[in-house]
Amino acid sequence: MSNETTHALAFSPEDLPQAESFFKPHRIVLIALFVGLVLAIAILMRWDWLPRYVPRLGSGILVSLAMLFSTSILGFLLAIPLGLVQVTGPWFLKGPARLFCTVIRGTPLLLQLWLLYYGLGSLFPQFPTIRQSFLWPYLREAWPYGVAALTISFAAYEGEVMRGAFAGVPEGELEAARAYGMGRWTMFRRIWLPRAVHRALPTLTGETVLQLKSTPLVATITVIDVYAVISKVRQETFLTYEPLLLLALIYLCLTGLLVLAFRYFENRIPTRGA
Amino acid sequence: MDSFVNWSLLALSAPGWGGLLLQGFVHSIEIAIGGYALGLLLGIGGAFGKLYGGPVLRDLLECYTTIVRAVPELVLILLLYYAGTDLLNQLLGLLGLGAVDISGLMAGIFVIGVVQGAYSTEVLRGAIKAVPAGQIEAARAYGMSPAKVLRRITLPAMLPYAIPGLSNLWLIATKDTALLAVVGFAELTLVTRQAAGATKAYFLFFCAAGALYLALTLVSNLIIGVIERHARRGFVEQR
Repeated sequence: MSNETTHALAFSPEDLPQAESFFKPHRIVLIALFVGLVLAIAILMRWDWLPRYVPRLGSGILVSLAMLFSTSILGFLLAIPLGLVQVTGPWFLKGPARLFCTVIRGTPLLLQLWLLYYGLGSLFPQFPTIRQSFLWPYLREAWPYGVAALTISFAAYEGEVMRGAFAGVPEGELEAARAYGMGRWTMFRRIWLPRAVHRALPTLTGETVLQLKSTPLVATITVIDVYAVISKVRQETFLTYEPLLLLALIYLCLTGLLVLAFRYFENRIPTRGA
Repeated sequence: MDSFVNWSLLALSAPGWGGLLLQGFVHSIEIAIGGYALGLLLGIGGAFGKLYGGPVLRDLLECYTTIVRAVPELVLILLLYYAGTDLLNQLLGLLGLGAVDISGLMAGIFVIGVVQGAYSTEVLRGAIKAVPAGQIEAARAYGMSPAKVLRRITLPAMLPYAIPGLSNLWLIATKDTALLAVVGFAELTLVTRQAAGATKAYFLFFCAAGALYLALTLVSNLIIGVIERHARRGFVEQR
């Protein structure tokens, strides 16, 4: 199993349409058909429920985005040590890190999420020390378990990427750093980590899009994200397709915006010969 | 509770839940295999359409792969699950046939297959582009028909390039079956949750299900390794 193929699975900046060479005769016909389809959906289907739910949808989107960014950042911070110890660590760190990555990548995220929420959630109240600690008000809510599960999952997938990135930094650059008399920490901070992160950046876009696509799972443990709001709409209005189509559109837009933002940042990082 | 873990809950026969768990596991594997196979067929068609098709077909396929890769699987599964069964029944109604009750298994295979199809389109397209153009040209020069070129040259020659991506897709397919729990299909994850809810032994059941999924992944990895070595025979060992 190799990692270079995984980013074919996620939407990447190359998939966005190019402005030039976009308008060709057949495309104009297709766009006209598409606009007709959208109009038909807008006119023939029921959308009168939409204005009532706009505020809730907005807060749901914010919850989804908060989930995405918090877990991606926390997961990436965890992934750096996970990748590093798999490359240079002693056996008693290398083994557990590899085991962690294998187990998390080998089981479905939904199962991990339910294990944490139902398993830990039923275990914690049995310990009086936890019930009396300051953490208890948080542990009674659902979102900490969602954040934990998504963070662990992102850390495991990105940890594999970082392992490859750390191992791929040319030996000569590290030797040069040593020859300059840098200590191990300075070398790591100034050379190894920045070079590895630079190498991992292209896959980071794909991993983040995949992470966005995993966030609706937290709705199954009662976190009110945009998916949960849409489920609520479906229960209250007895409509099947309209809310789901809107949900797909929302995620399509979020993914597009995310990919655009990543492309902007990637273009700002100078690369030689690019 | 006399011991810390009540292992008898996992017993295969009636008071234990082990049998049901294994049954769910078999359902998961069936859906994964069916969905993966359907996805491969869609992927082969999609990749050829994207590479050799006309401009309209290419744009339509681009829309398909873009939408599937940008919308969460959970949302797609809900949409396809309801829309697919609904459309089929309406179609049968138009033809004057009565409505059929579509089994969860078929619906699950259809849903996973459509999602996998978009991914494998991209993987196979990349692999076909990696086949040296001269080999395909040589086949055409021998007067082979397009179908024969596909069967004899393109598919076998692209296999070594496609296998890493395709094996990733297989692992994703096995894990995506868990999402069908949300639409109420009795595969491993949903059965596990029911068992855990009924017995309150959450850790035991979720860990047991995790072990089953992990075993599936590890066994798959072993088999993939064998297939990959076989497909790459004759290649120069790259480092």
